[in-house]
Order: sequence, then structure tokens, then C-alpha cells
Amino acid sequence: MSFLTQFHSMPLDVLKGLAVICVMFPLAGACSMAERKVCAWIQDRPGPNRAIPFWFAWVPVLGPFLRKIGAFHLLADGMKFLFKEEIVPGQVNRRYFVLAPILAMIPALTTVTVVPFGAFIGADGGMVPLMLANVDVGLLAVFAIASLGVYSVILAGWASNSKYSFLGGVRASAQLISYELSLTLSVLPVFLWINAPGAPGTLGLARAVEFQSQPGFWGGTWFLFIMPVSAFIFLIALFAETNRQPFDMAESEADLVGGFHTEYGAFKWSLFFVAEYCHMIIGSGVFVLLFLGGWNPLPWVPLARFAGLLGIAGLPILVGLLSVVILLGKILLMIFFFMWVRWTVPRFRYDQVMRIGWRTLLPLAIANLLFYVIGIWVLQR
Amino acid sequence: MAVVTLERKPLTLAERSYLPQVAAGLWITIRHLFSPNKTLQYPEERPAIPPGYRGVPTLVKDPNGREKCVSCQLCEFVCPPKAIRIVPGGIPESADSAHVEKAPQAFDIDMLRCIYCGLCQEVCPEEAIFLQNQYSSSGYTRGEMVNNKERLYELGGTLPDTHFKWDHKKKAAEEAAGGHV
Repeated sequence: MSFLTQFHSMPLDVLKGLAVICVMFPLAGACSMAERKVCAWIQDRPGPNRAIPFWFAWVPVLGPFLRKIGAFHLLADGMKFLFKEEIVPGQVNRRYFVLAPILAMIPALTTVTVVPFGAFIGADGGMVPLMLANVDVGLLAVFAIASLGVYSVILAGWASNSKYSFLGGVRASAQLISYELSLTLSVLPVFLWINAPGAPGTLGLARAVEFQSQPGFWGGTWFLFIMPVSAFIFLIALFAETNRQPFDMAESEADLVGGFHTEYGAFKWSLFFVAEYCHMIIGSGVFVLLFLGGWNPLPWVPLARFAGLLGIAGLPILVGLLSVVILLGKILLMIFFFMWVRWTVPRFRYDQVMRIGWRTLLPLAIANLLFYVIGIWVLQR
Repeated sequence: MAVVTLERKPLTLAERSYLPQVAAGLWITIRHLFSPNKTLQYPEERPAIPPGYRGVPTLVKDPNGREKCVSCQLCEFVCPPKAIRIVPGGIPESADSAHVEKAPQAFDIDMLRCIYCGLCQEVCPEEAIFLQNQYSSSGYTRGEMVNNKERLYELGGTLPDTHFKWDHKKKAAEEAAGGHV
């Protein structure tokens, strides 16, 4: 019977999933535009500001504004990727070559299912998270699925049958595997802190936010303040996991042309690109949920109280929208931080990346875990 | 100069962690993020051309409107990429400047070959050819990129000139002739 009820809700779930994908995909595209703009502004340039369809040029204020922020370059880029010739080089293993970008997209869009993107106040006064699947494995699922992304990198590098791609793939996979350890170890203290002994445990991200929205000084404190080292390690590992500067070994266009996607072009390349930004969005989302209080606007000001101050606590739709806006705003700030770092810090050498990962970050993460294990033990004794 | 041996100090922990450096870098870039652009919006905004700029070579006239080139072909000979082609010609007897005797019949500069070295300007004994301010030339065909005599004068215009070499020469010749007669 329960199977049947589940089956009944399936069309709705599919719709929800599609809606989330329809937000993620353009958001990733918009991030690529934002990247170009942030890069330009940091380099004292205006950035792309030319493209405009002529009927938009007639709109008085909005048209020039959209042109100035490069909104139509985004559309033009997308159209270009769609309509360009799909070149498959002769030396590649065709099946795996085509499979790799698809494999890159799947984990990138799957992880979003367990990431809550907002909350509203339910009928019983408790917070109901907005997410596709509120499961207890939560963060574990994010890590498990996101780490599948490395297969697409290896596959792309290998199937391309070119030395640049191959080296890029090998570097990227080695890097992803090295930093995953620190990434996972850095968030364990958070869940040790959340889960009291005896009570039902969870690795859900919604619970982490709930924990940061409690009343009182310690309840409202974001985990960034309780566990700065964890947040720091998580952030560094996130940079490495998403192949962002200064850890973009996979791409390193100076020595590897384009890394694992050297041989890719047109829409297949853009899939890798979108997947990278999706990973960034999800990664920033997880960081915000775990360490920056999720949808709570300020430390010690939980969403419920904020909604009460605005006088919309009784309207679940408005509260839900508000929470999504707050969370999205924080995520976009994080993405801006990613870009800001990218256009500031030069790329590490490959041996430096490995040394930081294994000899600095991993011991630090283990020490951090031990510190909080002992700390929590002392506090709860 | 004496050799000064500097002691290489070991890096401090802060330096090895690289984080203060990253923070300093972030501070620099965020300031640039909010600083005004240093670029020009090219086709709409044009750069100010500094004096002495070597742009497209042009032919100039003197303030009286006489074409200065006497088709001596020195520029043609000196031109390293052989971009200049001159067909020398005479000046009709009836003209005001008949005493100059020669003027180019045709004067072509192939801008696809020109390397903007300015040797033609340097070698010209009549100060007739100048590399002026125009820096962008474009065309749809190779033929369009060859500047003929008309176009060269159109680009060059008239430059101030205080020598009036040929006028002085004519005057001197007339005076000499007058004195003898």
C-alpha cells in the first residue's frame, strides 16, 4: 500500500525535480557570465557589454541595463554551444567520449535532491524544510554522489586518447580523491555536535540548519564560529573538489591546454562547464547550510523570528520564498568568493597541491576531529 | 661593486601557511573590483594620439596647396617591405609651380605591406611624406588596402611649413636673372 501511495506522488516529484533542474541549469549559466564580469571588474575592465537584440534596444532603461551587465552574452553563449558543430576527433573512443559529459552532469544534478534550499513554518509551528528528499543520509549522499563526478573526469581524459586530456584526467582524479578525505573529516565534528547520544541520529542538512536556529546564545551561533577550523578545511577542500583556482590542476590551461576537456567542444564541453558550476553551487550550498546558518538571515536571528519581525510568520509561501532568497543570496556570495579567489591567487604546482592535501590538510582535519571529539566528550560528561 | 651575501631567512609559519599573502591579494583585487575601468570603449571612445605617433603614411601639401612630393623615389628605394610604388611625372609648363619640374604621376602605398617603420618620412628630402595619426585601416579587398595618390593627399592634408624652399629658389632665380639683365 505504501508503495502505491509513493507511486501516486511520483509525477509531482518528477515535476519538482524538473523545476529544480530548470533553476540549477540557468543559474550555472548565469554564474559563468558572473565569472566573466567579476574577472573583468577585478582587472579594471567593463567586461562583456555589447550583445543586445534590437527589439530590446528599444526598451528605455531596462534594455541598456541588461546590455551593460552582459545578459544577452549569456544567451548568445548558450545558443552558440547548442548550434556549433559537434566535432568528435578521430582518435577518441567514441562511446566513452560521449558518455563522459553525461556522467559529469548526472552527479552534479543529483546531489541537489538532498540539499534543502529553504524552509517554511508548518501548521504545528515547526520548520518544514523545502527539499526534494528529506533523507537522513543527507550529507553522506552528497559526498557519495559528488565523488562519482571523478569518473566523468577520468573517462573524458581516457576516452579523448590525447596526452593533455589524459594528464588532466589523472591529475584531476588524484586531486579529487586526495581532498575528499579532508572534506569528509572536516564536517564530522558538526554532526558529532548535532547528534546527542541516544537520540535518533541524522546526517541531514536540514537538521544542521535547525540546530543553528535554536534560541539562546549557543543555539543561534553559526557553526562557523564554533568550528572555524572545520569551516576552513571544508572551504579549502571545496575549492579543490570543484577544481577551482588555485587548485584547477584539471584544467591548468598553461601546461595542459584545457586538461581533461581539451578534445571537447560545443555542447559536450558546455555540459562539463555547467557541471562544474553545479558542483560549485551545491558545494557552496552545503557550506552555507553547515557553517553559515543556512536560511537564517543573521547569527542569533533565526528565520522564524525574522519572519515575525517582518509580520509574515503566518504566510508559509512568503516565509518559504524569503528563506530561499536568503539561502540563495548566501550561496551567490560564496560563489562570488570563489570567483574573487580565482582572479587573485595563482595556480599551485601539482606537487604543492598533493603536499597541501596529504601533509597539511589531512593531518589538520584529523587533529580537528580529535579536538572536537574530546571537547564534546568533556562537555557532555 | 662588492658582493653582498644576504642571509636567506627561513620562512615564518605565517609565510609558509600562505594565508596572509592570500588575504593581502584578496584585499588588492577587491579594491580593483570597485575602482573605475581603465579601458576605452574602443569604437565609441578613441585614444588620444601622442605627438610623434607613427600611423598610416600620408602625402602632404605645403600651406600654399602645392604638392610637395617631387617623385625622387627615395622613399620607394628605402622602403624595407617595398610597399611604395611611384610613377614619376612632369609638371605642365603652364602651372604655377612649373619650376619644380617633377611631381608623381601615381603614388601607391600598399598598406598590407607597410610596416610603419617611418623610413620614408625620414628619407624624404622634401618633407612630403609623413606618418600621421590614423592608426586603423581596413577594407574588404586587397585593392582597397592600397592607398593611391588621391587618398594619400586626402589623408595627409596640409602641414605647417616655414621653408617654402621652391618659392625661395624661384625668387632667387628671378632676382639673379633680373640683376643680370
